[in-house]
Amino acid sequence: MHSNRYCNRIIVLPFSVLLEIRVKPDNSGVVTDGVKHSMNPFCEIAVEEAVKLKEKKLIKEVVAVSCGPQQSQETIRTALAMGADRGIHVEVAGKDYETLGPLQVSKIMAALAKKEDAQLIILGKQAIDDDCNQTGQMTAALLDWPQGTFASEVSLDGDKVKVVREIDGGLETIKISTPAVLTADLRLNTPRYATLPNIMKAKKKKIANVKPADLGVDLTSRLEVLKVEEPPQRQAGVKVETVEDLVGKLKETGRI
Amino acid sequence: IGFFFFSLLQPTDNILPLSYKDPRWEGVEMERFADEADVVIVGGGPAGLSAAIRLKQLANEHEKELRVCLVEKASQIGAHTLSGACLEPSAINELFPDWKERGAPLHTPVTEDVFSILTEKHRIPVPMLPGLPMQNHGNYIVRLGNFVRWLGEQAEELGVELYPGYAAAEVLFHEDGSVKGIATNDVGIAKDGSPKDVFERGMELHAKVTMFGEGCHGHLAKQLYKKFNLRENCEPQTYAIGLKEVWMIDEKKWRPGRVEHSVGWPLNRHTYGGSFLYHLNEGEPLVALGFVVGLDYSNPYLSPFREFQRWKHHPFVAPTLEGGNRIAYGARALNEGGIQSLPKLTFPGGLLIGCSPGFMNVPKIKGTHTAMKSGMLAAEAIFPKVTAESLDSETAGLHVPEYAEALKNSWVWKELYAVRNIRPSFHNYFGLYGGMVYTGIFYWILRGKEPWTLKHCGLDANQLKPAKDCTPIDYPKPDGKISFDLLSSVALSGTNHEGDQPAHLTLKDDSVPVARNLAIYDGPEQRFCPAGVYEYVPLETGDGMRLQINAQNCVHCKTCDIKDPSQNINWVVPEGGGGPAYNGM
Repeated sequence: MHSNRYCNRIIVLPFSVLLEIRVKPDNSGVVTDGVKHSMNPFCEIAVEEAVKLKEKKLIKEVVAVSCGPQQSQETIRTALAMGADRGIHVEVAGKDYETLGPLQVSKIMAALAKKEDAQLIILGKQAIDDDCNQTGQMTAALLDWPQGTFASEVSLDGDKVKVVREIDGGLETIKISTPAVLTADLRLNTPRYATLPNIMKAKKKKIANVKPADLGVDLTSRLEVLKVEEPPQRQAGVKVETVEDLVGKLKETGRI
Repeated sequence: IGFFFFSLLQPTDNILPLSYKDPRWEGVEMERFADEADVVIVGGGPAGLSAAIRLKQLANEHEKELRVCLVEKASQIGAHTLSGACLEPSAINELFPDWKERGAPLHTPVTEDVFSILTEKHRIPVPMLPGLPMQNHGNYIVRLGNFVRWLGEQAEELGVELYPGYAAAEVLFHEDGSVKGIATNDVGIAKDGSPKDVFERGMELHAKVTMFGEGCHGHLAKQLYKKFNLRENCEPQTYAIGLKEVWMIDEKKWRPGRVEHSVGWPLNRHTYGGSFLYHLNEGEPLVALGFVVGLDYSNPYLSPFREFQRWKHHPFVAPTLEGGNRIAYGARALNEGGIQSLPKLTFPGGLLIGCSPGFMNVPKIKGTHTAMKSGMLAAEAIFPKVTAESLDSETAGLHVPEYAEALKNSWVWKELYAVRNIRPSFHNYFGLYGGMVYTGIFYWILRGKEPWTLKHCGLDANQLKPAKDCTPIDYPKPDGKISFDLLSSVALSGTNHEGDQPAHLTLKDDSVPVARNLAIYDGPEQRFCPAGVYEYVPLETGDGMRLQINAQNCVHCKTCDIKDPSQNINWVVPEGGGGPAYNGM
């Protein structure tokens, strides 16, 4: 039974993103070998929010989950150093990792949420390497849970969650019931540093290893990447001396 | 009042190290968490990692417990590593005789070794006779960052605690003056020196012995030299700057295992330096190429970066790069002083390893094998002392002079002794050619047995001539295909730092840059910094210029700290995790 005083368990999904990537020579993807993996900045904010809720004694336990190869364990350790209680590493490696997308991750999250009996799932709003902005929404749909996305403020109110969302027109405040999925936007909080003593303590916290097959999730992708290209080289600008020159040039290039 | 206000509004670069005494810091929790290890190692490069590995190998062999902690300022092991590199496998053969089975990334044995003297349009080949220091038979072309990463994996397997992303910022001392350990830097300080909400004090790591392996011109080593007078009997260290790019070239031009070195153009005969170009053999047609300029150059108008860019257009070099794509860029200072510049290596509570004291064999342009060996020798000297039943020491921090002894009796010393006169021999009227003749006679024939030891010229920073006595160099504009501009190059290094932190390039005196560097030397820091950190920009109001420090661009090469003619720039370590993101450099 859910106590109406506080939520019991939050799952956060810190993603590691690739930084400083380059496109593979055959344009089939990006080079991942040896590239620096870092926790996605929006996920740092999500982890921070979960830890803050725990510090306010509104929730009991924060579980950090990451899907990916061995390096994902580093991301989970960082989350543990920030204050998560335990971690779950869903092992996805090799070819499966290259095609891992929001749909597969959402299925994994949905399965885990049920298994762990979570009341809240908090994710970053999007990963900065693929900019999909889909995982939170898909997870909520698969679980048939309400969602509070682009959250810039979160407060718990009994068994409801008040979320202030950043939208194009300004801010929208909604109240949703738990269990729910939230995605963190930039202004939600400022993540704390993972200090060295906490990293050392985090080495003693548990990270469980799980395979997607154990959760009954099929990783086959419904998408095929046809081509990945670098953005076109920026052309140098041209300076003109007078307004007449400017008008002339605009006419020349067919702009006016 | 007006003047006082104006100076308050000026960005003060001189914030670090903070004194925490001003009122903004009242009530902030300043206590530091402390932990104990047997050995703490500063720096996760070849020397530090080899030391850590050797310690754990010995511990396992003798069935002793040993806690070894290593801190490294890069966000991951290898991300701040940059080198040519042609690795001589002597040290790795000793450390891991089974390195091949363990998957060490030594995939490219050297198959061709080419040395040239370049003129503006032509090339004079120099035969690579066996016995010449640059000869590379038996060596491997490696991507040192990947090799270091592999060393890190071996270290972790052996039980070393690696902490990348944490910079050692302060040396800690016992009451008796011996080294107690280090403290990592505080994080969460705003650019103006005030505490942010996320402010966290650094952590103290105490150890019986602390090994300092910060690489060339380490910032903690600077403090140790002063504190323990380690440099009183040696010459000042002399340096060079090495700039490097990695290119994916047209497969038709690819000759895996080929090593090319050159001297001469575009440098004149009095400026030490040269180029390298190595064809890797790791599946893709990659070449690692770069340019080294001795930092004892005298013309303040010289820009090592632009020399590098224009060298690539030489008719012997450009064809290899045509049709190719540049994928990486970086730079780092390297030491050239050899034996003459080696400081005292040990002091109570600690010792120096690797390129920090400086074991590079300059004519071979190799320092990795000697750095690794120095780490291993240090570990072997420390091990019996830290695991002894009863610690018989005069000081709380252990002194291990046995390390220096072992080094003197090792192949590192023999090698460095034999080549000690080659670099200083360039300081003659004939410059480069005099040096080559000297090398030919005294090294190749006599193996360095001459009874004299030549001196260097003193501090690199003192070698600049005033701008009015020198001619500006007319560098060609980058063509965007083979040569490039500075800012797009810096972007490729992946360097980044948290923006809201005090600038880690500090000035001892804010007025010196404009009053001295700009006035006398035309602001050489604008030219020798390979990352565009230093810019002289006009003041917003009135006449005159000011020095703008774009600390975020810094690639941690240390050249500014070395070459500033006023020795006014003091490089300190920024928040851990910042800096370049080199991948297999």
